[in-house]
Amino acid sequence: MATIPRTARLVAVETKLFLREPAAVFFTIMLPVGLLLALGLSIPDFRKPDPLLGGQRPVDAQFPALMVLLSVMMLALSLLPTTLVTYRERGMLRRMSTTPVRPSSLLAAQLVIHVGVAVAATTLTLGLGHLALDMPAPPAFWMFAGVFVLGSTTLFAIGLCLAAVTPNSRVVQGAGAAVLFPLLFLGGMWLPRQVMPEVLRRISDFTPSGAFGQGLTDALAGQAPQPLHLAVLAGWAVVAGLMAARLFRWQ
Amino acid sequence: MAIITVDNLHKTYGTRVAVEDVSFSVEEGEIFGVVGRNGAGKTTTVECVAGLRTPTSGTIRVEADLKQQVGVQLQDCSLPDKIRVGEALSLYASFYSRPADWRALLEETGLDPRTAFAKLSGGQRQRLSIALALVGNPKIAILDELTTGLDPQARRDTWELIERIRDRGVTMILVTHFMEEVERLCDRVAVISAGRVLAVDTPEGLIARAGGEQRLTFRTREPVDGLRALPDVSSVTTSTDGIPAQPGRRGRAATADDAVEVVVIGTGGLLPAVMSVLPASLMSDLHVERTTLDDAFLALTGEPADQPAA
Repeated sequence: MATIPRTARLVAVETKLFLREPAAVFFTIMLPVGLLLALGLSIPDFRKPDPLLGGQRPVDAQFPALMVLLSVMMLALSLLPTTLVTYRERGMLRRMSTTPVRPSSLLAAQLVIHVGVAVAATTLTLGLGHLALDMPAPPAFWMFAGVFVLGSTTLFAIGLCLAAVTPNSRVVQGAGAAVLFPLLFLGGMWLPRQVMPEVLRRISDFTPSGAFGQGLTDALAGQAPQPLHLAVLAGWAVVAGLMAARLFRWQ
Repeated sequence: MAIITVDNLHKTYGTRVAVEDVSFSVEEGEIFGVVGRNGAGKTTTVECVAGLRTPTSGTIRVEADLKQQVGVQLQDCSLPDKIRVGEALSLYASFYSRPADWRALLEETGLDPRTAFAKLSGGQRQRLSIALALVGNPKIAILDELTTGLDPQARRDTWELIERIRDRGVTMILVTHFMEEVERLCDRVAVISAGRVLAVDTPEGLIARAGGEQRLTFRTREPVDGLRALPDVSSVTTSTDGIPAQPGRRGRAATADDAVEVVVIGTGGLLPAVMSVLPASLMSDLHVERTTLDDAFLALTGEPADQPAA
């Protein structure tokens, strides 16, 4: 079957289209990497050991973990749903169903691209952090990779759910922002989790972003992620995945 | 040999009936028109043929692989803003097992392969959309409203493209509400109104059905209601009915002298009959023509073809 080359072709063209959107490249790659480097290099406090982080410097684990979280959340909750809803709105999924290629291939291609960009942004964040800020390489690489895969699955499932329940591209952008910003906050983007009031941190524990952010931080610091956070991520992934599968419309 | 056969197609959306009862067959190599007002059920009918919708009842037989050998151009379908013409064509070509040469198709559309979709004009998008419907080298192409919204030059360019494709032996179903398009391109037409087929015939056949009628156009200030009673008269329309009395003369109906443009369609001695009621001295701009396809459509459906549904 020629299915594999066809899908590869689709991925290649859709990747080009992704890279032609300056905003997409900026928010998912340049912003997280740039923030880490710019703030990490210019603000000395980020390079001082912090007792609240077990004596680690913020740039060792927490800051890069949050930048990975930022990139994945932008991709999963904003860019992917907007692209999919726009494609549906423009009749492209329907148009594709008249060709030998199923519209689900287009969805799969988009997922591959967005996950690929998340991996690339993460690699750049960790790699440049290592070179410029003397960030240690993840001491337990597979643990980090495991948390990354689980958390990304969860966020992309929520993104697909958003694409499934929103009728048009204007609504999906609004809904995406309405989900994205509270989740970024609860993930500790503005107020790190260790200085959050106790009750807020407990709420954050049960959100996908809080659990993912802390899991990534733990894994980058060489500690095992908390079972609670892994369970929270898995739970959200199952619920959102099932909802997306049930509710997604092709036209 | 019929390449497409539609028998008693019926389609409802919830409680709304989109297609009541439609039957027709399309012969291999012909351009088959599906005409009717907006909302008559044309798009639903061809989308059922294309396999995009499932009929509520009735049967559709298509002598071709629906995915590989049927090319479809849909209404309201666009591409990503940033995709370039050449990329779209080569990508869609890669979907098919025996695609057409997309570079040759590109040349026929006259488009620049580097232009992004968002930068194309309406006519250019339409030509790209047709090319995408043909890039799989289909036996059958289904083209829905292919010239709606185009300016006259773009429309003529599109027609020329369709004629070149016809010459390659592609069978085409053309959904349209332009009678000029039907007359120029279609071998046969199905006239659909309120979800039913009123007639399937050649354009000439449809005109003949309208009775080889004559059409009398003139301007007058006199009341014309009396004309309707004449035995040879089949219809009387005036510019005050909101119907353009003659193609090409739109917008000239209302003039300072408040004379009204009148179109009388009828048979036999139409002119002497009308003049027996309305003397020539009370008419101006008088001329007589044979029936057009527009008139035939009007006679069949009781509605002008290019009036949008209310």
